[in-house]
Amino acid sequence: MSRLQVVSGKGGTGKTTVAAALALALATAGKRTLLVEVEGRQGIAQLFETEALPYEERKIAVASGGGEVYALAIDPELALLDYLQMFYKLGGAGRALKKLGAIDFATTIAPGLRDVLLTGKACEAVRRKDRDGRFVYDYVVMDAPPTGRVTRFLNVNDEVAGLARIGPIHNQAQAVMRVLKSPETAVHLVTLLEEMPVQETADGIAELRAAKLPVGRVIVNMVRPEVLDEDRLELVRTVTRSSVARSLSTAGLGGARRGGRAERLVDPLLKQAEEYAERYALEQEQRAVLGELGLPSHELPLLAEGMDLAGLYQLATELRKQGIA
Amino acid sequence: MSADRTHDQGSPRRLAPAPVLELDPLLDDPTTRIVVCCGSGGVGKTTTAAALGLRAAERGRKVVVLTIDPARRLAQSMGIDSLDNTPRRVKGVEGDGELHAMMLDMKRTFDEIVEAHADPDRAAAILGNPFYQSLSAGFAGTQEYMAMEKLGQLRARDEWDLIVVDTPPSRSALDFLDAPKRLGSFLDGKLIRVLLAPAKVGGRAGMKFLNVGMSMMTGALGKLLGGQLLKDVQTFVAAMDSMFGGFRTRADATYKLLQAPGTAFLVVAAPERDALREAAYFVQRLAAEDMPLAGLVLNRVHGSGAAQLSAERALAAAENLEEPGIVDQDGGKAGLRNSPDTHGSSESPASDPEPGAPTETDRTTDADPATHTARTTDTDPATDTDTTADGDADTTGTTGTHTDRATTTDADRTAATEAERAVDDLTAGLLRLHAERMHLLSREQRTRDRFTALHPEVAVTEVAALPGDVHDLMGLRDIGNRLATERPELPEAADA
Repeated sequence: MSRLQVVSGKGGTGKTTVAAALALALATAGKRTLLVEVEGRQGIAQLFETEALPYEERKIAVASGGGEVYALAIDPELALLDYLQMFYKLGGAGRALKKLGAIDFATTIAPGLRDVLLTGKACEAVRRKDRDGRFVYDYVVMDAPPTGRVTRFLNVNDEVAGLARIGPIHNQAQAVMRVLKSPETAVHLVTLLEEMPVQETADGIAELRAAKLPVGRVIVNMVRPEVLDEDRLELVRTVTRSSVARSLSTAGLGGARRGGRAERLVDPLLKQAEEYAERYALEQEQRAVLGELGLPSHELPLLAEGMDLAGLYQLATELRKQGIA
Repeated sequence: MSADRTHDQGSPRRLAPAPVLELDPLLDDPTTRIVVCCGSGGVGKTTTAAALGLRAAERGRKVVVLTIDPARRLAQSMGIDSLDNTPRRVKGVEGDGELHAMMLDMKRTFDEIVEAHADPDRAAAILGNPFYQSLSAGFAGTQEYMAMEKLGQLRARDEWDLIVVDTPPSRSALDFLDAPKRLGSFLDGKLIRVLLAPAKVGGRAGMKFLNVGMSMMTGALGKLLGGQLLKDVQTFVAAMDSMFGGFRTRADATYKLLQAPGTAFLVVAAPERDALREAAYFVQRLAAEDMPLAGLVLNRVHGSGAAQLSAERALAAAENLEEPGIVDQDGGKAGLRNSPDTHGSSESPASDPEPGAPTETDRTTDADPATHTARTTDTDPATDTDTTADGDADTTGTTGTHTDRATTTDADRTAATEAERAVDDLTAGLLRLHAERMHLLSREQRTRDRFTALHPEVAVTEVAALPGDVHDLMGLRDIGNRLATERPELPEAADA
């Protein structure tokens, strides 16, 4: 099991949710995980229903079996100042740099530098050990940028190599890449059973593989429950309206006669079933496309009540059940 | 209350309904020159932009759609294999208007600016600089900046009546407004000046401290990034010097263009918590920036034609149907079905509902009036009938109290029962599906209500969810229709 678990996915697929659920799932039996956010969106805080996370590692949840989840929202500017402090003991000069906009410049404009700082911080957490020589975190889960940008984000080496050919940033990039391209890392992609996200997932996997980054699993999120199976969908096409009306009436929903309350439900209910059938067929197609990717794949259910803290624990349990953690 | 279709006429919302966003007048108005579609990722922004562009074109305007990062399928849906930095005319557009589509190539756009503003030698030096190459291709804000740049260019050319622009895919919809300023101020900012000519800054009063720290600072930056990168930056800066003022000015000019009366912002969202939260932020932000918001496009809204049936009742009914089914597994209870033809056995199938469905009597054997004879309860295992009869009596107050039951021969009965059981089973599935839909509806309604409570002034148009993706102009046209006219049926309060 890789110790750095990177979670990406197309926008709107719920990758922050999946990352958080994964962090919870991995925090079993006294294990400790760190959930890292890199895009300054405070998505983790919203999900765990806490106030905005500062730039420090902070316990946000206790998982079943006594495991703990810590969270960290990495702020690239503060990470750079940290870094400067660590290597150069800059003190006042650091503040001067900030005032001038050099920190902004370095973290926002200097391409790749920002990403090195973000991934560098996560890799540092992966490698960090306590006084007894044990890893401080058993797992680090990163809520990474979306699929379209994740390869570039992780492949900092290429980005930075052309620019900073020597110096600490160069060295840092090398160290980061050693972790990211090793089996210590797994990059998971979250998708929905819809055409565009699946296409993007396939593209993303190809890009990750081309960059020799370790692809982990495909996690299909928000999978709708199967309400009507193939047999029933077949019957939907041939069933008579009146027999459905009678059945509805039997169930206590009013008269089956034309204009009766049960009868008036038939058309809309059958229409909903047709929509369901269309989507069902599309979903099956997309499942097949995902199947061809040759990666372990998992499915997480759509939560009927919407996403909340309880739902997060439910998804974590589901991930555990499916053996991802 | 009668199960009247009030949901078709208006929305029985708990809050005062949001004003309706009328898109056709906006698209038709000759003074509307720019429509900006913004919103968080994954809400159908690009598709909305393309659909609006097509609609405007088919209503007679000459339109260009600037997309940032379309899925291949969307480009294909406009009949273009790949979009690039040049507007391409879309074929198959009906009417007198024209639709052109293009995709932003940020590096190409950046290169063009350099080429336009520097003499050939200097342009070559800039384009070959490693720092420039990374900056133009890599920096996240570059895309936003170049989108604005391109928009400014398209507007300046004045070839189109209407420019519909999609915004870059970012986590936060706000990046799009912030990034250009950020890049502009960097390229034009203090630090660049310092790198270029530290003495100038140091000479000013109050900047002494910085001057003292300066050599140390450039030294630190040099150490950190590697001396060669700093040199690249300095060379780049020197070569670009004459253009810096230009960048700031251009960024400002485009920003002003967004505030001008001919511009309309559409915030696109899906009825989900996160997307609507982003939308709410965006609405506030636009107001703060004096940017004209036309309204909210709410994509993927679900409706139901049977909204009078609540989720709870649908589930209870599904259970009703499923329970006797289990008992009926025993052969001895075959045919034991309460067939609540409450209008009486005298009614023949011909008078029963289905015009145009003559085949059904063949399939539904119990509909044959011949088999409809009163069945005495002593031959029934009483429990089943009681359950269903009770349920019926409870819920169908307007119908008669007696029920007729089918009597058939054993063989017929078995066949009929199997068919019935299958239909019951299906119906239970339909009811569960409906319950799920109603839960979804009420969840969507809650998130919408939250938005409306925050921003009651924002006009909203709702687009019904499509089961599949858009593949062609027809699909885009359909979405355009939904955007401009159709309303998904809204759920009624609880029960009918």
